[in-house]
Amino acid sequence: MKTFNYHSTKDVKEATKLASSSSAFLAGGMTTLPSMKLGLASYKDIIDIKRIKKLSGIKVSSKTVTIGATTKHAEVAHSKEVKKAIPSLAALAEGIGDPQVRNRGTIGGSIANNDPSADYPSACIALNATIHTNNRKVSADKFFTGMFETSLKKGELIEAVEFQVPEKSCYKKYPNPASRYAIVGVYVAKHKGGVNVGVTGAKSCVYNDENISGALSKSFSSSALDNVKISSSGMNSDVHASADYRANMVKIFAKKAVEAC
Amino acid sequence: MASLVGSRVERKEDKKLLTGRGKYTADVTFAHQTYAYFVRSPHARAQLKNVDISKAEKASGVVAVLTGKDIANDKIGGLIAGWRIKSEDGSDMKVPAHPPLANESVNYVGDHVAVVIAESLDEARNAAELVKVDYKILKAVVKTDKAMDSESIYKDIPKNLCFDWLLGDRAKTQEAFDKADKIIKIDLINNRLIPNAMEPRAANADYNPSTEEITLYTTSQNPHLARIIISAFNGVAPENKLRVIAPDVGGGFGSKIYPYAEEVVCSWASKKIERPVKWVADRTESFLSDCHGRDHVTHAELAVKNDGTFLGFKNETIANLGAYASVFGTVTPTYLFGPCATGVYKMPAAYSNVKAVFTNTAPVDAYRGAGRPEATYTIETLVEKAARELGMDPAEIRMKNFPTEFPFQQTLVHSVDSGDYNAGLKKAMEVGDYKGFEARKKESESKGKLRGVGFCSYFEACGIAPSAVVMSLGCGIGLWESAEVRFNPTGNVTVFTGSHSHGQGHDTTFAQIAADRLGVPLENIEISHGDTDKGPFGYGTYGSRSLTVGGTAIVKACDKIVAKGKKVAAKMLEVNESDVEFKDGEFIVAKSNQKKTIGEVAFACYLPGTYGEVKSPLPEGEEPGLKETSFFDPGNFSFPAGSHICEVEVDPDTGNTEVVKYTAVDDFGTIINPLIVEGQVHGGLAQGIGQALYENCHYDDTGQLVTASYMDYTMPRADNFPEFNLGFTCTPATSNPLGTKGCGEAGAIAAPPAVMNAVMNAVGTEVSMPATAEKVWKACQKMNKSNSKAA
Ligand SMILES: Cc1cc2nc3c(=O)[nH]c(=O)nc-3n(C[C@H](O)[C@H](O)[C@H](O)COP(=O)(O)OP(=O)(O)OC[C@H]3O[C@@H](n4cnc5c(N)ncnc54)[C@H](O)[C@@H]3O)c2cc1C
Repeated sequence: MKTFNYHSTKDVKEATKLASSSSAFLAGGMTTLPSMKLGLASYKDIIDIKRIKKLSGIKVSSKTVTIGATTKHAEVAHSKEVKKAIPSLAALAEGIGDPQVRNRGTIGGSIANNDPSADYPSACIALNATIHTNNRKVSADKFFTGMFETSLKKGELIEAVEFQVPEKSCYKKYPNPASRYAIVGVYVAKHKGGVNVGVTGAKSCVYNDENISGALSKSFSSSALDNVKISSSGMNSDVHASADYRANMVKIFAKKAVEAC
Repeated sequence: MASLVGSRVERKEDKKLLTGRGKYTADVTFAHQTYAYFVRSPHARAQLKNVDISKAEKASGVVAVLTGKDIANDKIGGLIAGWRIKSEDGSDMKVPAHPPLANESVNYVGDHVAVVIAESLDEARNAAELVKVDYKILKAVVKTDKAMDSESIYKDIPKNLCFDWLLGDRAKTQEAFDKADKIIKIDLINNRLIPNAMEPRAANADYNPSTEEITLYTTSQNPHLARIIISAFNGVAPENKLRVIAPDVGGGFGSKIYPYAEEVVCSWASKKIERPVKWVADRTESFLSDCHGRDHVTHAELAVKNDGTFLGFKNETIANLGAYASVFGTVTPTYLFGPCATGVYKMPAAYSNVKAVFTNTAPVDAYRGAGRPEATYTIETLVEKAARELGMDPAEIRMKNFPTEFPFQQTLVHSVDSGDYNAGLKKAMEVGDYKGFEARKKESESKGKLRGVGFCSYFEACGIAPSAVVMSLGCGIGLWESAEVRFNPTGNVTVFTGSHSHGQGHDTTFAQIAADRLGVPLENIEISHGDTDKGPFGYGTYGSRSLTVGGTAIVKACDKIVAKGKKVAAKMLEVNESDVEFKDGEFIVAKSNQKKTIGEVAFACYLPGTYGEVKSPLPEGEEPGLKETSFFDPGNFSFPAGSHICEVEVDPDTGNTEVVKYTAVDDFGTIINPLIVEGQVHGGLAQGIGQALYENCHYDDTGQLVTASYMDYTMPRADNFPEFNLGFTCTPATSNPLGTKGCGEAGAIAAPPAVMNAVMNAVGTEVSMPATAEKVWKACQKMNKSNSKAA
């Protein structure tokens, strides 16, 4: 690992002021630290944001669930309020990685990183999330812009993620047997205004599958998907699964999710 | 006194290992320590045009940068292939030179180009980035089955062929095939695996310029072998000036049997810079540069009669050796594989033909089971297919062909001393409730799942090995084992063994044997291993040999102790030696009930005279001290065997396959410690099921290792397994006084075919290993199509 300056910050202002083109925020460190150790990334400044009180915690209202950026996956998984308001969101958090990862990794880090097979981005899409940063609010459909890319500007800090409470929802993933990230993960959520289907793992970036959500908006049942065709074009292909397999699994897991709603 | 042999004694070493008090090579740091970082080839195949170290040498903290030129100038020998195999035409195998640091070419991603030695690891690593290597990239040879048709990697090795080996009789086998009612054929790939020991390899070499002695700490299953190779072949230091210590070692599975380039380089470099040099692999280096396992492409055929009788067996295999011939790389796909490929069956005629090829991938060597998993996978999937094609029950066809009389002369090499294969299979069917399978299958179907059952009956040649036999087959070393049993004056005991424990539990099992033999409490016995300066020579731990060969040496040394003790006790008790009997730690005169404990006798041996209370004159001509050494060279291999039955459940929508029931009934001969044996079976099964469903080493067409981390290499985890049902049968081995056969490899040998036969039973078609969800899903799609056609 290359040497770097470590800053432990106490408020958002201090953290964002320190940020530069050669810095990274340190939340759970579950992505940043391994990539530094492997020599894949190096930074001049590491800005630890874990001590910023404001960034952590869960707030639940009748319409929304708001999760602070540095809230750990385990906290979301075990939160009684989240389990009651959006049980599928707690279940998603419980299915991330392993206990060590869940006790370090954070929601802010996860969505800032926007790994194509991360779980949380699908929840953001399905649950019409609004991402609160230190200077604006961005809707999820505008936030995730590409593989490991978001609309975050340099030095912009996520403060919280606000999810809309749906009528019903369910997340089903087929985990990569090695990493346990999603080979395909499908988050189905039925809102008053229609159905969203956040799909992760399948393509280079999370997306709302409009074929599936369209069919489900008309009739919220797994049989409504029988005739929906999912094209494999643009799907990921790797040693674990071909594009064709992923395309088929998107439909299978959408069905499983609807059935479990 | 109750016998300790056979009881579930908890492992003595666990407290230390589980509380972080183990001492591993990486824990050893010397004064004036330096740290090594290897510059490795990023290319699978390239010519080394120039290695420019000028910038790296000047970097902060750098002590030395050494390259292949330096190693050649110092005349340090290359890494060796330990077993000479001859081709069918009588010619010798062809092996390329394997310098510890490459001089002319690099031949796999991870091959060693240079070493940077610095005051800290970070400085070494940063400086390594400044070594400028000019590569001329060449087209890599990657695929096992394409290697012979590809350009030669080494100019004097045509077709990349190391040898073309034959065991058995082609003509006789063909005669048998001509008489067959049916010929069952199969094409298999035995997937390549990466060993993934929990502790990465490491070396720390400390040269003392005043004594000219090197002490090398290393992660070895076999420190004595490491010493002789580094001394005699690499020529780094004379044997008496090289001490090799393998302290606690966190698993090996074969990958740490032999020295690698890193140990040689650290030892040599330490001598050169006159400072200790330490290297610890990071996990990526482990993936890239530990020897891999398996990697066979096989076509096999079984000739059968309509009633299921086997007539003959043909095995045509291409084995991938990787870029170089590693120490046991050439014996693994030949003598460890070929003979066992006819399985546990009477097979009137057979042959195994193996073509071993070089490719631009990491060297392949012994990995848990070494050759025998490949053999068992071949025959057992073939037998299951035969049962299906003949409409027979998989158990019935096996029993029909089991030998029932022992010793059983197996078709290709082995004379199997003992066994009862029918008893094992029957017990497995009982323990695994085979009768209830149909009901369980219905239950699975009601949940929308497919359920399949698969069998595997195996035998393996373990207890490696009779030296005369293996040497006649090309082995460059003997394979006996030694033990030294030393009574300390106060009556407790240290036992030195030449084998090595890195998870097997020697500290406990070996102490149980000595405790019973000597009548000394377990806690008074210490097992010492892993240091070439302590105890006699030895050949390490692999091939399920430690207990059968090394344990027997301990028994023999204990018997010598007792024999001497009798003489001393007789003198002390003033009776004839023939009147003295030894039982439960006491030398007793039956007639008079006079006795001396073995502790008293030991004390006498160290205080041979009369002095106040002490009256312990030794018999005339007897030497003082109580320490005996024994060397044991077995007369035969040992032959563990067993039957495993696996049940899987498949989700036809996704192809996800789960092992839901697994039964293993094994005959390991006498069992010293059931707790440890069960643990060994569990571990073996985890690796075997891992090979069948999860693990796969994948190189792309350019020779880049795609599965170079745990993000892509699927290590099985606890939640991938059901509770295992274990059972045992016992026919004691006749080739050693303990009656033991070895248990370390069985699970890894038996599980892959048991699992894959179950998968095949569930989905109706052959699926290759690992049976990933996608492959199984495709098989399900095929089954659906053919079902709907039929309907
Ligand atoms: C073994 C393993 C298994 C995993 N399995 C899964 C899985 O199954 N599913 C899954 O979804 N994920 C998985 N992960 C990822 C994990 O869940 C973490 O969420 C992820 O690594 C990032 O979160 P972090 O808090 O660790 O971020 P860090 O590593 O600290 O930071 C990651 C990046 O996000 C930026 N960042 C962090 N916080 C903020 C913020 N508040 N505002 C702006 N930028 C920020 C940092 O600058 C950095 O660039 C796994 C990780 C590991 C190591």
